[in-house]
Amino acid sequence: MGIVNHKKTNLHGMTVHTIETKKYKTTSFILQVKEPINEKNVTKRALLAYVLQSGTKDFPSSKELRSALDDLYGATLNADLSKKGENQVISIRMEVANEKFLSNSEHVLDKAFHLLSQVLLAPALEGDVFKEGIVKKEKRSLKQQIESIYDDKMRYANKRLLEEMYDSEPYRLNVYGNGDEVDSISSKELFDYYQEVIKNDKIDLYVIGDISTDEMVDKVSKHFRFSKDRKEDEANAVNAADEKRISEVKEIFEEQDVQQGKLHMGYRTYTTYADDDYFALQVFNGIFGGFSHSKLFMNVREKESLAYYAASRFESHKGAVFVMSGIETANYEKAVKIIKEQHEEMKKGNITESEFEQTKAMINNQVLETIDHPIGLSEVLYHNVVAGTDRSIEEWMEGIKKVTKDDVVAVAKKVTLDTIFFLKGAGTNGNENV
Amino acid sequence: MGMKTFDQLDETLHYDELPNGLKVYVLEKKGFNKTYATFTTHYGSVDNHFKPLGKDENVKVPDGIAHFLEHKLFEKEHGDVFQDFSKQGASANAFTTFNRTAYLFSTTGDVKKNLTTLIDFVQEPYFTEKTVEKEKGIIGQEIRMYDDNPDWRVYFGLIENMYHHHPVKIDIAGTEKSIAKITKDDLYECYETFYHPSNMILFIVGPVDAEDILNFVKDNQSQKTFKEKEHIERFFDEEPKTVAKTKKVIEMTVQTPKCYMGYKEATPNRQGKDLMKHELSVNLLLEMMFGKSSPNYESLYEEGLIDQTFSFDYTEENGFGFSMLGGDTGSPDEFVERISGMVEAFKQQSIDEDSFERARKKKIGAFLRSLNSPEFIANQFTRYAFNEMDLFDVIPVFESLTVRDVKEVLQNHFKKEAMTVCQVQKKKS
Repeated sequence: MGIVNHKKTNLHGMTVHTIETKKYKTTSFILQVKEPINEKNVTKRALLAYVLQSGTKDFPSSKELRSALDDLYGATLNADLSKKGENQVISIRMEVANEKFLSNSEHVLDKAFHLLSQVLLAPALEGDVFKEGIVKKEKRSLKQQIESIYDDKMRYANKRLLEEMYDSEPYRLNVYGNGDEVDSISSKELFDYYQEVIKNDKIDLYVIGDISTDEMVDKVSKHFRFSKDRKEDEANAVNAADEKRISEVKEIFEEQDVQQGKLHMGYRTYTTYADDDYFALQVFNGIFGGFSHSKLFMNVREKESLAYYAASRFESHKGAVFVMSGIETANYEKAVKIIKEQHEEMKKGNITESEFEQTKAMINNQVLETIDHPIGLSEVLYHNVVAGTDRSIEEWMEGIKKVTKDDVVAVAKKVTLDTIFFLKGAGTNGNENV
Repeated sequence: MGMKTFDQLDETLHYDELPNGLKVYVLEKKGFNKTYATFTTHYGSVDNHFKPLGKDENVKVPDGIAHFLEHKLFEKEHGDVFQDFSKQGASANAFTTFNRTAYLFSTTGDVKKNLTTLIDFVQEPYFTEKTVEKEKGIIGQEIRMYDDNPDWRVYFGLIENMYHHHPVKIDIAGTEKSIAKITKDDLYECYETFYHPSNMILFIVGPVDAEDILNFVKDNQSQKTFKEKEHIERFFDEEPKTVAKTKKVIEMTVQTPKCYMGYKEATPNRQGKDLMKHELSVNLLLEMMFGKSSPNYESLYEEGLIDQTFSFDYTEENGFGFSMLGGDTGSPDEFVERISGMVEAFKQQSIDEDSFERARKKKIGAFLRSLNSPEFIANQFTRYAFNEMDLFDVIPVFESLTVRDVKEVLQNHFKKEAMTVCQVQKKKS
């Protein structure tokens, strides 16, 4: 047994991942439902996630479903969306208290299993389609959610960067879809799409807690029944080598009434999760802007006092690095220059021994910490599903350990700036009236 | 040294109070990779008027100084302590609240080495005029980042509405103007007064040997000398029961308005079990009135007055307390009218036993879930301990609550005259 006792079982075209551990006071269920993100379905899929969590056949309204969850000692249920590479993933998560910690021990686990299966497979219907009332409410809520991206200026700037940088690729699409498409989706159309999802999407279920694999597999077979013609689509990993080559950096400015300018920069790396130099990319990002000892933090913030935050993060399955920093509008040129210089330094191999070793230690620390949390653990393991790989956590850590400075320099040379998006401030945001 | 076992939760807490007054707690978490440690002083943004240690005259210090001090404690003569942690495979951080300042690290590597770094850096201040000046630019950008955040603005706006005098209404980070006045001498004065070990708690949670860690900390502290502990005198002006302002509208570049409404607690001076019972009762009541399984939530959602961002909470510390409800809404005024109407209607109804039990179960489940998180345990335990409560009493106290407790807070806390509203509205161009 390694750091994590992870077992996989294929059942009815769904992969069940069980992780037996006594660490937690709860049992977690995480369903991941994956499809390539595409213009045609992106908004429908977002709406579907919220409709599914709003009622089941047995509990056909949000109120009834929530009451059933509360009765299960406050079991939580939430559906959420994420973009992993060029996939739009619906995650349905449920967490229930471990019976052994409850005063009057009840069989919450079995009930929870049933409820979760119903959320996915037995939604609340009216005739042959989703309940109109639920669809209507969730449409309004989704529209508001899409609008609210504009209100959070960091999220908004990030969204605009992706739209500009990937203007002709599916990755430009927002995971919540397009606000102006929401209204026109009918219950019928949504239900037809739902049936496609259940038939074709890749579905993975993670069960994490003080459980036994045999028992879980048994329960899954009992509760999760898919139709016979179910056939999963093939995985669609991005081929990093095919990513667009950059001839010229795109620079986009927008002005809004904000107090602080939001600077977002997007880089292509030509490396994704499945590649051999993926580990070197991890280390590159760590040294560049991933930690508080990174070049961006040290130079933009500590040395020049230009910003409170200056960081980079990367997307494993699209192979992109994103830099973000909140700065005075007047300091735009200066900040961009410093950020570009840090990248140049790395290409030249100007990486100190301590930057290099600290970063590797921090990445190691980070992955071990992430897997202490049930959702974090499931996310780490799910990378393999998205990338079509089969890396254990030990192999992953070993991969980081083996990275050399030359590997990092080689990656730094591949990493190419594609687009800069700057949300400029006019500076009077937030006047108060009584 | 002592030890408390919580059989139902399968947890054992080890603790000790050292001769210098420092309280140390260790919770062993087998099977986890990470060790998480917090070193917290009972000092936050509200402590701006006090008698400095060893002096006779009271002082009033600039707004935002506790938070400023938190930033500056990381800087030493040899450089930045953040770097020491990351060299040792740990990530460090800190935060300042209304009445706490916490320094923390998490690591899957060498716990003792990082623990030494944590304790020593917090206990060895190094402030210079030059480094203080440098920080003003960074914190200035932090303040602006929050200024652009409508969720933060509406939350703080609401607290500002509630209080006439209490410094909880002052933004934790201060303003660019107020921090401009801060000097290194101010920082030392606050430090000397509030960072005495007797005003602090060290909490360690992770796959450690508790006895060993306690002895290690004891050893570290026995090698240092501290001034005699003294009672800290803090001053607060008399705060009226009424709210300072009943409504405020902030205009921002948003598409969806935000609305928060709150009820100001009239007697926020409970401590210990009384406080825990009161806090849990109000939160249970809020869950019954507006939780996702309540008829009210269903109506509000159906009417399009709330969405997934809707939330509520009650919090109380020595000197201030309030409940708040809110989120994004298309019609902020209607939102206020409906919610306050629902609260009034609830007062007229008899409380339904089933929904009381359901809310209690939900709350107990949520508490168990949060015990998966070492961060939650360390931070909440410390907050509770500063208010003479014990985090591990939460389940028994929930179990002891009755419908009568909930009825009482319904009548006493949710008073019409204690209500105030803050909205973020779309800026008219």
